[in-house]
Amino acid sequence: MIRLVGVEKKFADQPVLQGVDLTIPVGKLTTIIGGSGSGKSVLLKHIIGLLQPDRGEVWVDDVEISRLSGTRLNDVRKRFAMLFQGAALFDSLSVFENVAFPLREKLRMKGPEVGQRVEEKLKEVGLSGMGHKFPAELSGGMRKRAGLARALVMEPEIILFDEPTTGLDPLLAKSIHDLIVAMQRRFGFTAIMVSHEIPEIFGISDWVAMLRKGKIVLMATAAEFQRTTDPDIQEFISVGGTVALPGPLAG
Amino acid sequence: MTSVIGQLGAWAVLRVHEMGRMLLFVLSACAWLARPPFRFHQIMKQLHFIGYRSTFVVVLTAGFTGMVLALQGYYSLRKFGSEGLLGAAVALSMIRELGPVLAALMVTARAGSAMTAEIGIMRITEQIDALDTMAINPLQYLISPKLVAGVLGVPLLVAIFDVVGIYGGSLVGVDLLGVSQGAYWNSVESAVEWKDVYGGLLKSISFGLIVSWVCCYKGFYTRQSAEGLGSATTEAVVLSSVLILVGDYFLTSVLL
Repeated sequence: MIRLVGVEKKFADQPVLQGVDLTIPVGKLTTIIGGSGSGKSVLLKHIIGLLQPDRGEVWVDDVEISRLSGTRLNDVRKRFAMLFQGAALFDSLSVFENVAFPLREKLRMKGPEVGQRVEEKLKEVGLSGMGHKFPAELSGGMRKRAGLARALVMEPEIILFDEPTTGLDPLLAKSIHDLIVAMQRRFGFTAIMVSHEIPEIFGISDWVAMLRKGKIVLMATAAEFQRTTDPDIQEFISVGGTVALPGPLAG
Repeated sequence: MTSVIGQLGAWAVLRVHEMGRMLLFVLSACAWLARPPFRFHQIMKQLHFIGYRSTFVVVLTAGFTGMVLALQGYYSLRKFGSEGLLGAAVALSMIRELGPVLAALMVTARAGSAMTAEIGIMRITEQIDALDTMAINPLQYLISPKLVAGVLGVPLLVAIFDVVGIYGGSLVGVDLLGVSQGAYWNSVESAVEWKDVYGGLLKSISFGLIVSWVCCYKGFYTRQSAEGLGSATTEAVVLSSVLILVGDYFLTSVLL
């Protein structure tokens, strides 16, 4: 379980996180929403130790990671993967090499086993036969899929998604959402997603948390979240409308 | 008055902080070299980029530098009837001074700026963060091989620069201006000592480290914008060039 306790972060005297308390349920898809510049991506980067809080604690199970560095932090990070906003594929490597990268560099895996695992993941994300292409030759949606394949290839326990559908048209955004949900349901990893896609996220998330003024103002199941009576939250989520929820997702 | 002193103090603190960060950067990158996994393939790739792909520009620069040096040297030495020393003048200037400095400046312009841009783009597009999230240290994966390649590649390029420059001098001095071939090469052989070669080598190693260190550092800490990347590349080239010239003066003072 991931737990943030009183996390505070300032950039050049500008407070971004002002005491975030958040508990992420294991094996569920939790989406963090909030206005632009509210600190959602900053929050995500604290969870994986890319940023260190000025105050507060970040717990991954029984390890407090906010003051860790070097090998000890890397040991925790081995349990994570992250899909970045722009996919963050390595430009100089082909799609195949990008997906194979963690296997070769972290597991020191060689030979046909690498090819087998990479092709398997590329097939799962719908990029079968695209391994030879370079990131610059891919469309936005394909880049995200390749990024997802790279995130999945190490079979992590926790995957972070930083606005995975930004810059995509509604159809592509839906296909990426569907893919994330399908993978999460299939492999059972803990997924934490930052997104602006309202109301779509209510249809795919198990839990939704809202970040406002540097704090989590509400965390609830997707169904409960939409029923909130808080006028500010209602105003924020009503712009995009609401969606009907299938029963099992609400729990 | 107080505010001026305050601003000066703030500026000084910022500079000291920057220098400390630069020092920690290079020390950490060197320390990571000693830890497995050892990335020989990455080092070879960078050697190819910094060394092999800079060869053409270095050969071109060296040839013309040697040629102009012979031209200038010939007219100065002729005044004293010492044209026979042309080979020595060209060789010593190339080996002790111009080879290390000019080759390092050419590497800065060609490979250093590209290194800053490459690492800077990786920073802006979160590729460096992606390495971190995969539990791969970016200093070990990206920076350490470039430092090694700089320290090994620049001396090799300087060696090529020296040889081509001396031959360029011979082309002008012997073939165009009529200095005796025997006198030219004999004066090269008798004037150049091991300590000249050693001094040039030491300089080229230092300059190789300066170029790769400064250019990698500026790229690694690029501000998150296209403008930031542009100014990082400019700063990297300017700072490397200035440090090469300043370093050259101090190294020459010590080595003489």
